[in-house]
Amino acid sequence: MAIKVIKPGLSTTVQDLGRPGYYHIGIPTSGGMDTLSLAAANLLVGNEAGAAVLEAVFLGPELEFTQDATVAVTGADLPPKVDGVEQAGWTAFTVKKGQILSFGFLKKGARGYIAVSGGLDVPVVLGSRSTYTLGALGGFEGRKLAAGDVLAVGPAALAAAGRSVSEALRRAPGVPAELRMLPGLYWHRITEQAGKTFFEDTWKVAPEADRIGYRFKAGRPLDFVPRTPPFGAGSDPSNIVDACYPYGSVQVPSGTEPIVLHRDAVSGGGYMMIGTVVSADMDLIGQLQPHTPTRFVKVTMEQALQARADRRKTLDTIAASLA
Amino acid sequence: MTTRYSFGGDEHIFVECSEEMSLDAFFKGLSITNALRDAKIKGVTEICPANASFQVRFDPDLIAPDEMMRQLEAMEAVAQSAPSTLNTRIIEVPVYYNDPWTHETGQRFRERHQDPASTDIEYTARINHLDGIDGFIKAHSGAPWFVSMVGFVAGLPFLYQMVDRDRQIQSPKYLRPRTDTPRLTVGHGGCFACIYSVRGAGGYQMFGITPMPIYDPNQKTSYLSDFMCLFKPGDIVKWKPIGRAEYDHTVAEVDAGRWQPRIAPVTFSLEEFRRDIDGTNARVMEALHGH
Repeated sequence: MAIKVIKPGLSTTVQDLGRPGYYHIGIPTSGGMDTLSLAAANLLVGNEAGAAVLEAVFLGPELEFTQDATVAVTGADLPPKVDGVEQAGWTAFTVKKGQILSFGFLKKGARGYIAVSGGLDVPVVLGSRSTYTLGALGGFEGRKLAAGDVLAVGPAALAAAGRSVSEALRRAPGVPAELRMLPGLYWHRITEQAGKTFFEDTWKVAPEADRIGYRFKAGRPLDFVPRTPPFGAGSDPSNIVDACYPYGSVQVPSGTEPIVLHRDAVSGGGYMMIGTVVSADMDLIGQLQPHTPTRFVKVTMEQALQARADRRKTLDTIAASLA
Repeated sequence: MTTRYSFGGDEHIFVECSEEMSLDAFFKGLSITNALRDAKIKGVTEICPANASFQVRFDPDLIAPDEMMRQLEAMEAVAQSAPSTLNTRIIEVPVYYNDPWTHETGQRFRERHQDPASTDIEYTARINHLDGIDGFIKAHSGAPWFVSMVGFVAGLPFLYQMVDRDRQIQSPKYLRPRTDTPRLTVGHGGCFACIYSVRGAGGYQMFGITPMPIYDPNQKTSYLSDFMCLFKPGDIVKWKPIGRAEYDHTVAEVDAGRWQPRIAPVTFSLEEFRRDIDGTNARVMEALHGH
């Protein structure tokens, strides 16, 4: 069983739940940016939640199947079509041998997850099939798909078509998008007033938004508490002695445009971070388009853990509904 | 040195050993992260030492954040009594200083530099009061460097110059980062040197290039067949200045799978280093030549 790539889309990569364990040498976890949608797509086609799928950004690929398969597309509202006939999102459907899976225009969200029964069978590298393009590691030859690529699919009994995730369980960012953030790290470097305006302002997703990180603009610049630069940090008030960056951490170079690091994060660097987006809301970032109005919402650790539990419950409910 | 602990969301604890860089701060972080690794605490998923800080990633479903914090703070006391001696290795890294490729890249991004009329190496030599390019190369390659962090991108080492603070080379980063840096560029920002493991964006000054790959995801490079990244925190590096002919020859030998870096085991003691920097460096560098 194989899938031939006729058109690759804009930036389509193979992803699973990621490659933890190598961040200390600069290799980020990678994996789907919206892992809840990724897991749901797999469960719909009868795979383990963490099987390898395609993550398509903004524009879907065009794929030819060499054998019958059950397919599901979740995440962004990126309408799938089989030989030109539109299929429902978040619902398992059948693609027969020789048929073409293509996509209509993106209606909502940013990333679609395309799961195929059996999962994509690219080599496992350091415990994962995810693509880390910056390091040319994992996935399909360490890169995004190109026309002419042929993807192997693992063996599987075909799951039934027609199963669906109910709309109430399809998590997506609101308008404006709200990202819950736990202040910390180098929060003390900005003034009290800057700490206030940061949460008050509505930011907008900048065009520089990818798997490494999402940049935001249009909020008021942050002022810094004056200091003598520590040895080795650099002279800009936003500089620190190069340190590790948590996933989801919010760095603000020169106090102007916040950047939230995501699954292909640079593992460290010399800019101060003012806090970290909670783990539960990382999925939402993966569905933000450029220019989306976004607010950061201050939370406590208790609220962060509650958000994590709520997300877990959503995934468990999806799994139970498809079991 | 006051240790500062902070949660990075619900999955990370960030620990700053010191606001400023020093080998003492690095060793403090290394001792605590070693103790933490040995403790094998359930729920700890990543332990990442950095220059003067470190980070722990944990699964809050397996260990509550407050409990994780409590255990980590307890490590600090244990680690303080740990001897600051390291069984490590010294690696000789050939560098073609002032090479044509980083020079060309530097020229393409000149308007992002503090001093568009100079090259990165001329500029850094001048602001560090070194005698031109030759004086710079002598200062840069004369003493060993300590790998105090690996990261940013896969396998990229940050290196700290093992000399008195007033002799350390310092330079600002570019005013705005470049969108391109040649692979294997030897760079510098703040007090840190680095080797860019992959081609890509970067803000460090560019001084030269090494013919020696340090990251190979396909593991075809002879000395990267066991693991795709060469460096780990605690390694010591000695730069070896080379010219164009040796650069070309080494690239060909690497491609043919015949080249091996010169690597020797050494012990490094922070106490010894504090007492006698030049003596420690001489001993460490001699190890490369079989003494």
